[in-house]
Amino acid sequence: MINKQVADINEAFKGVTDNMTFMFGGFGLSGIPENCIAKLVELEVKGLTCISNNAGVDDFGLGLLLHKRQINKMISSYVGENDEFERQMLSGELDVELIPQGTLAERCRAAQAGFPAIYTPAGYGTEVAEGKETRDFDGKMYVLEHAFKADFAFIKAWKGDAAGNLIFKGTARNFNPNMCGAAKITVVEVEELVPVGELDPNQIHIPGIFVQRIFQGKNYEKRIEQRTVRTRN
Amino acid sequence: MLDKNGIAKRIAQEVQDGYYVNLGIGIPTLVANYVRDDIEVEFQSENGVLGMGPFPFDGDEDADIINAGKQTITTLPGASFFDSAMSFSMIRGKHVDLTILGSMEVAENGDIANWKIPGKMVKGMGGAMDLVASAENIIVAMMHTNKAGASKLLKRCSLPLTGVGCVKKIVTNLAVIEVTDKGFKLLERAPGVSVEEIQKATEGTLIIEGEIPEMSI
Repeated sequence: MINKQVADINEAFKGVTDNMTFMFGGFGLSGIPENCIAKLVELEVKGLTCISNNAGVDDFGLGLLLHKRQINKMISSYVGENDEFERQMLSGELDVELIPQGTLAERCRAAQAGFPAIYTPAGYGTEVAEGKETRDFDGKMYVLEHAFKADFAFIKAWKGDAAGNLIFKGTARNFNPNMCGAAKITVVEVEELVPVGELDPNQIHIPGIFVQRIFQGKNYEKRIEQRTVRTRN
Repeated sequence: MLDKNGIAKRIAQEVQDGYYVNLGIGIPTLVANYVRDDIEVEFQSENGVLGMGPFPFDGDEDADIINAGKQTITTLPGASFFDSAMSFSMIRGKHVDLTILGSMEVAENGDIANWKIPGKMVKGMGGAMDLVASAENIIVAMMHTNKAGASKLLKRCSLPLTGVGCVKKIVTNLAVIEVTDKGFKLLERAPGVSVEEIQKATEGTLIIEGEIPEMSI
């Protein structure tokens, strides 16, 4: 077994500096690496480029980094529900690249899988395709989209072991598996770090080969963005 | 004239047995409430779930189980979770049978604009561009006119496009319309709405052939 477990989050963050490009798993606030985001706020690293489907809300998730102006550029598909984000974007303080959600996922996956670029039909004929190479395959037009290049991927998993094997829960899975191994260094925080051998190899979503550093996370808030319920009879 | 639930009810008639369906945020979400219960349908949400159920009972909500609108949901027997790349493999790979989404504008050539108002509202396209670029069966659910009373069915979209030539059918508070090579073809009128009213609310070319039946909902 190749050990990926680090002593603590400080060791997991070795090499994190200003002006880097980071990937963050999560959809809305579901499955975001809460501990890693809190650490980045604490370290006050600046000039960051962040690849994340969303930008959190005003007072949680990546909204915390936005609030402290640590982010220079966001690459996302949807940034609603965040007034500070919208303000910084419309005023030009924040550089924002909005891209289709499937393209975001596939640009991560391409980086993970060793493809330099992929062709997708998403965005053809729109401003998203402006300045990009397009090509006809069997009578349909596609846009060339390049694999992301990132320094760190920050991942949140449900269960993991010291070998770096990961299991995700529910829709907290989202972009997390696609970002593992898509950056130079993949850092994973888990809700539950279990002894090696406890996870059934048949059930593992991401094998440890895609992970460089793993640690036990703590104090998960797991905030719900839109609490929608039925009333019991 | 229909309200939002009425639009959802009419669209629910388009959902067939065995369909995998992706519902957008807003009116499309309501469609799930009106699908006949004698057919089998699975709802896909692009954040990574197939087989979505109703909202959870108060107290059962789980931050790890949400839909694309970030609402807490439940899953039905037979449901599955998956990552975002696989979710869009379902969409891009044409495995999803029907896509229902809202819009700000639709043009008579099938172009759709629903993600950006320059300088004003820029929330992003989310999964909409992937959905409209690949889905073969797209129904737009929207009001016929905007809040200012201007038509949303146009000759050409004025807002930045989400996709080109992709919308096949539109259900509004006034009408059911098919997008054809020659323009918007009026198929049905909403209860109590005249052809003239629909014509007046439609900026794009409206094709009216023969008697236009009233919707049955």
